Amino acid sequence: MTRSARASSPSSRPAMKATPLSNCERRFLLRAIEERKRLDGRQCYDYRNVRVSFGADRGCCIVELGKTRVLAQVSCELVPPKLNRPTEGILFFNLELSPMAAPGFEPGRQTELLVKLNRLIERCLRNSKCIDTESLCVVAGEKVWQIRLDLHLLNHDGNIIDAASIAGIVALCHFRRPDVSVQGEEVTVFTPEERDPVPLSIHHMPICVSFAFFQQGTYLVVDPSEREERVMDGLLVIAMNKHREICTIQSSGGIMLVKDQVLRCSKITAVKVAEITELIQKALENDRKVRKEGGKFGFAESIPNQKITTFKMESAAVDTNNVEEQAEEIITKADPPSEVFAKPILHTPGTAQIGEGIENSWGDLEESEREEAVEEEGESEATAFEVQKMETEDTSTLREAEKDEPIVLSDSEEEEVIILEPQELPTKARPQANLKQENTSKKAFNKRRRKKRAVR
Amino acid sequence: MAAAEACVGQVVLPGDVLLLPAHPDEDGERLRLGGGAAPRGRLLCGPGLRRCAAGLLVTKCGLLRHRQTGGGAAAGGAYWVDSQQKRYVPVKGDHVIGVVTAKAGDVFKLDVGGSEQASLSYLAFEGATKRNRPNVQVGDLIYGQFLVANKDMEPEMVCIDSSGRSNGMGIIGQDGFLIKVSLGLIRKLLAPKSEIIQELSQLYPFELVLGMNGRIWVKAKTVQQTLIIVNILEACEYMTAEQRKQALAKFSGN
Repeated sequence: MTRSARASSPSSRPAMKATPLSNCERRFLLRAIEERKRLDGRQCYDYRNVRVSFGADRGCCIVELGKTRVLAQVSCELVPPKLNRPTEGILFFNLELSPMAAPGFEPGRQTELLVKLNRLIERCLRNSKCIDTESLCVVAGEKVWQIRLDLHLLNHDGNIIDAASIAGIVALCHFRRPDVSVQGEEVTVFTPEERDPVPLSIHHMPICVSFAFFQQGTYLVVDPSEREERVMDGLLVIAMNKHREICTIQSSGGIMLVKDQVLRCSKITAVKVAEITELIQKALENDRKVRKEGGKFGFAESIPNQKITTFKMESAAVDTNNVEEQAEEIITKADPPSEVFAKPILHTPGTAQIGEGIENSWGDLEESEREEAVEEEGESEATAFEVQKMETEDTSTLREAEKDEPIVLSDSEEEEVIILEPQELPTKARPQANLKQENTSKKAFNKRRRKKRAVR
Repeated sequence: MAAAEACVGQVVLPGDVLLLPAHPDEDGERLRLGGGAAPRGRLLCGPGLRRCAAGLLVTKCGLLRHRQTGGGAAAGGAYWVDSQQKRYVPVKGDHVIGVVTAKAGDVFKLDVGGSEQASLSYLAFEGATKRNRPNVQVGDLIYGQFLVANKDMEPEMVCIDSSGRSNGMGIIGQDGFLIKVSLGLIRKLLAPKSEIIQELSQLYPFELVLGMNGRIWVKAKTVQQTLIIVNILEACEYMTAEQRKQALAKFSGN
């Protein structure tokens, strides 16, 4: 997969222009940031949802940071070492921005942004010495392993560097190289069937965290989205591992930062890195377990399919004449209820995620509304969770209603049929009541959050 | 091969060939592209369909739609494919929102999200003369209409209708926010008596401009209110009508 992408020939057609940012967008974004509001309902210090999913092969993963997606693939081969370092393996990192990620990117062109990102990745992963290169030596001065990490940006929604650094280190941790044995002059490379491949020795996991500054450093935002990146004045990237060791720090954009600000950023970084590291370890552990048990793994299994419901056919008028016959038909052809509506989050093998990320951002709006009234902050997580619960509750009430005739609903179209039946009317009031309940429980949840924050 | 009538409302894929509907009157079989009032029994080939020797060739994936044009002839009407896409292709007569990217002599260059930038003459505004130029800056938003949209030519926009009136078109104010959604959602919002719009309008007053190129400009009283509308519109993409109603009811209940 990576090879074909790399071999793409320079096309004669120029790439499409990136969509320009209009004045009104710029103005609105800056005003929103001044009011401490962000487009997706996050707080200034909130990170987007991170999801890690692994491919079928070793050393392959996709990291999603909100809508930003990066694919990482690690490969290795035996090469002669560099002359001045005869006992060290060779590391090679490469990040590519394809036009698939954003129409403004051109394949195979070294833009300023690409050079900057590649340099940062290199500093984050190579210069921090997180990979033991000496262990990659097979025969000193003759044969060493060359580890190649290819990163491809699949979708661009800001903060490429964080997503790329997470994807890079996860792929390296996930990778296994073939085992070798040296007997005298003879080097044997074992296939995976003969001997289990061995993991790379990784000392620590450096992870980048980006901070965007606005108005000459007055406002600070963690994990900027694509549009926030366009209006920011300066960017500070801190790479850190979970031992709170700073691996790289880079400030760009030419803004003057106060010492306190940098210290504050490094503290935030420590918290975020701890969270992300835990997530990565959980994801790796999950994947390891699934592979050991021989369960299903790989992208096909772990990436939830997104459904677009805009064009869903809605049955306009329902013919109630032959409802009973239809019901009979449903019973005979009954399927288990569609799992998509019941639980939008697939905790499938090989996946792990922070927060309950589902596509709709209803929670955020609703949250922000209350914010006006009660002047209180909320978290999208909480509401996303709530939305999910609401859905499940809804289906459960429906199913309860069906107790007298044991129908298992499989189709939303048929759900409507049942709702329209006169004897089912009392159940209609149910979801409302549930709603209220949900609201109160959510408030309690929020309160708990608040307390947590106070402690922090 | 399936008959076109039989496939209405079903998913069709590029490469599918649909049989032409049976036509009682032989003379009305000629095909025309694009909209416009069609005579009785005439068949219209909308987006995503192309006439080929055997019948209708599908060029996009989506749901096949059909609408009987006035007159009610059995074989006539318009067929098109309702597809989900984000990339806009300029169509003559479409109202779109463009971003001014350059001022070159007497034309402005506008980014409309198509493969090429559109051009807009400074005389194509209401009341504009050689003396009295409209005040347009790079980065401004403009709501206009396509006058020329051909496959091989640069699209051309105007901000006046045929009688020289602005008719709502022109420069969009400096406030508000612009979002991009899929073209399918825009069509849904622009449908007459769109449910989403009606439900939203009950929340609080706000201004909305919908461009057929998938861009929506929103302005409400405060930043917060604008953000709410923006998020609702973006969320509509992934919600069924049922889910939307539920969420909106919850929202207005608070």
